[in-house]
Amino acid sequence: MSGRLKVLVAMSGGVDSGVAAALLAEQGHEVTGVTLKLWCYGHTSDPRVARVPAPRACCTLEAIDQARGVAERMGFPHFVVEAEETFRARVLQPFLDDYATGRTPYPCALCNRHLKFGDLLARMELVGADRLATGHYVRVEPLADGTHALLRAADGAKDQSYALALTPRAALPRLLFPLGRLTKAEVREHGRRLGLPLWDRPESQDLCFAPDGDYAGFITQSLGETRGTAPGPFEDAGGRRLGTHRGVIHYTVGQRRGLGLAAGEPLYVLGIDAARNAVVVGPRAALDSPGLVTEPVEWLTPGPPAAGTRVLAKIRYNHAGAAATLHPREDGACEARFDEPQPAVTPGQLAVFYAGERVLGGAAIACPLAAAPSRSGAASAAPEVSPAR
Amino acid sequence: MIYFDHNASTPVRPEVVEAVRVALADLPANPSSMHREGQRARAAVERARGQVAALVHARADEVVFTSGGTEGDHAGLIGAAWALEPRGRRVAISAIEHHAVHGAAAVLARTGWEVSHLPVGPEGYVDPAAVDALPSDTTLLAVMLANNETGVLQPVAGIAARARARGMRVLCDAVQAAGKVPVDCAALGADYLVISGHKFGGPKGAGALIVRQGAPFEALFRGSAHERGRRGGTENVAGIVGLGVAAAKAGEEQEGEARRLLELRKRLEEGLRGRVPDAVVHGERAPRLPNTVNASFPGARSDHLLMALDARGVEVSAGAACASGAVEPSPVLKAMGVPRDLAVCALRLSMGRTTTGAEVEQVLAALVEGVRLARATSAGSAS
Repeated sequence: MSGRLKVLVAMSGGVDSGVAAALLAEQGHEVTGVTLKLWCYGHTSDPRVARVPAPRACCTLEAIDQARGVAERMGFPHFVVEAEETFRARVLQPFLDDYATGRTPYPCALCNRHLKFGDLLARMELVGADRLATGHYVRVEPLADGTHALLRAADGAKDQSYALALTPRAALPRLLFPLGRLTKAEVREHGRRLGLPLWDRPESQDLCFAPDGDYAGFITQSLGETRGTAPGPFEDAGGRRLGTHRGVIHYTVGQRRGLGLAAGEPLYVLGIDAARNAVVVGPRAALDSPGLVTEPVEWLTPGPPAAGTRVLAKIRYNHAGAAATLHPREDGACEARFDEPQPAVTPGQLAVFYAGERVLGGAAIACPLAAAPSRSGAASAAPEVSPAR
Repeated sequence: MIYFDHNASTPVRPEVVEAVRVALADLPANPSSMHREGQRARAAVERARGQVAALVHARADEVVFTSGGTEGDHAGLIGAAWALEPRGRRVAISAIEHHAVHGAAAVLARTGWEVSHLPVGPEGYVDPAAVDALPSDTTLLAVMLANNETGVLQPVAGIAARARARGMRVLCDAVQAAGKVPVDCAALGADYLVISGHKFGGPKGAGALIVRQGAPFEALFRGSAHERGRRGGTENVAGIVGLGVAAAKAGEEQEGEARRLLELRKRLEEGLRGRVPDAVVHGERAPRLPNTVNASFPGARSDHLLMALDARGVEVSAGAACASGAVEPSPVLKAMGVPRDLAVCALRLSMGRTTTGAEVEQVLAALVEGVRLARATSAGSAS
């Protein structure tokens, strides 16, 4: 970073974005803090809004005060901007639609893409900002050819590149991630050193809007969703009925607990067929898939990678990653074949592909690849999942 | 920075700063104390009472010092409603009253009062004929003199005459009007009237409720006999002194300032018409405060405009801030029937004592640029 920049900083009210903003201000950049208002607080005249409980971690009134406190402390302006409509249309509705169609969505990626690197990016010009910064643990670096690459954070334990994989490529040159080379401990130390009011706040949770991690309860009770709540059959991979489930929104691929099925061996959810309202279950071994197919990918590289490109594929936030080979398809989707079968490839979660430190791109998983019939005779064990749309 | 937010608060007049400083330093005693120092503090408070009374053409003993507009509205509405309770448990307020009046009405509703609302027309003022439709058990009617968001002046005298004919008392929130247009309690026909010092060059936290002679009233704050039993609590001596000086200066300058600001407002509105032709000035054809322009810029959302203008050194306000500090569409514009699409694109530009013609030109230039950018942003985030 050279010279004095005008930087718009997205501040959630948490320690990370607070320290990111404060560090930029300390370095002499002209900082404007922005907190996105994703929920309506206090005013409940809108019946749709009234049903939505206060979120638990970020985006609360307290969080807004925390962000404002950092701005006051560091002497830069701070704005709260209305983003409720965008949040509902681009994050909450797809979240509901995914659950209703038997998928397990990852809304944080959509929030990052549409709110932070969509809505806020559009606001940069309003204040004449050169850069948009957030408190994510991730790096953007220029390459020799003048393009920019999204890279994992230096602190592997905190790396959030998975959550940012849907960031539009065109946005990369304008993004700034001041925490990309820091550890969490260093960030807290900066917060303490700068006298920020929030340096010792507990870690915020990844899904800010669902209380207690009870997504199904949140969806039905708070959002009034009725799709995906009708009971239906538990089936084995051969289509035999094993029992009755409580509605597809209560299940996710790989789930073992709470099925209420008695069997000789532990049973796992292999797939959800929302069209038939069936939840397919089977033994642990049947969870493994040799690969996956994504939704269309917006690559973070100038073009799609060549067929046969070797990558590390992460298929959920906490997944360590699996060695795989990419086969981009004509329709924009991408097939990834794992070196070793991976358990619980879950439609709706992101598949993110890394070449070393670099994020090549990612997209929601459409479906797992079926196991090859020749392997281990368990031909019918591959989960039959109807890809959404 | 160019400050076009005088309806939110005004820069304190230098004479007021000095008077408050002197009062803080030299008037240490409690005005209720009998000793000489107490008497000096009391004298300062009473001098201010006279100055405030003069600004609104009331008698000094009708002035009750408060902490400002919100307290005045609460003490006035609730105190009058309590005193009038034997005649009924219903009050009426106009739909475009300040939040403080809505809040005070909510306090009454909390204890079983009915609250009726008087509608406003598309130009932002209450039709006096609407008073005739109010239920007969209405004891008190609250209507503001000038709306804080649009600046539209309400026909208070006409409303009060009809209310009085039906046996109602009238509370007038003149917070936004005092110092900007003439305020005369008797001419308005108001039994209760509310002002706040920081809207006309005084300190924040000092205001007054006028309780006209003979108007029934019960104190909200009790326990001691301050303010003739109408507001308990040791007087905010320095604030009251500052309020008095501000009232005196504002009264002296009101006529000339109104003329000067009206010229500036015309320039601002003509500039808008010429350079942002589709801008809509709310209440354009209504009598309005000389300092206020509330306009919508179709396609340019207020929160975008606010950020763009702030970055260009222009401070204005937009609609009403919700609990989070985000901009929400104004209930006042909603009550006027302004469509939501337009209401979310509204800005309030309010000028004052420090505003110059050069600033009007700079604000126009920033607005043109801000509207262009905000429209691009809205289009971008909608796609």
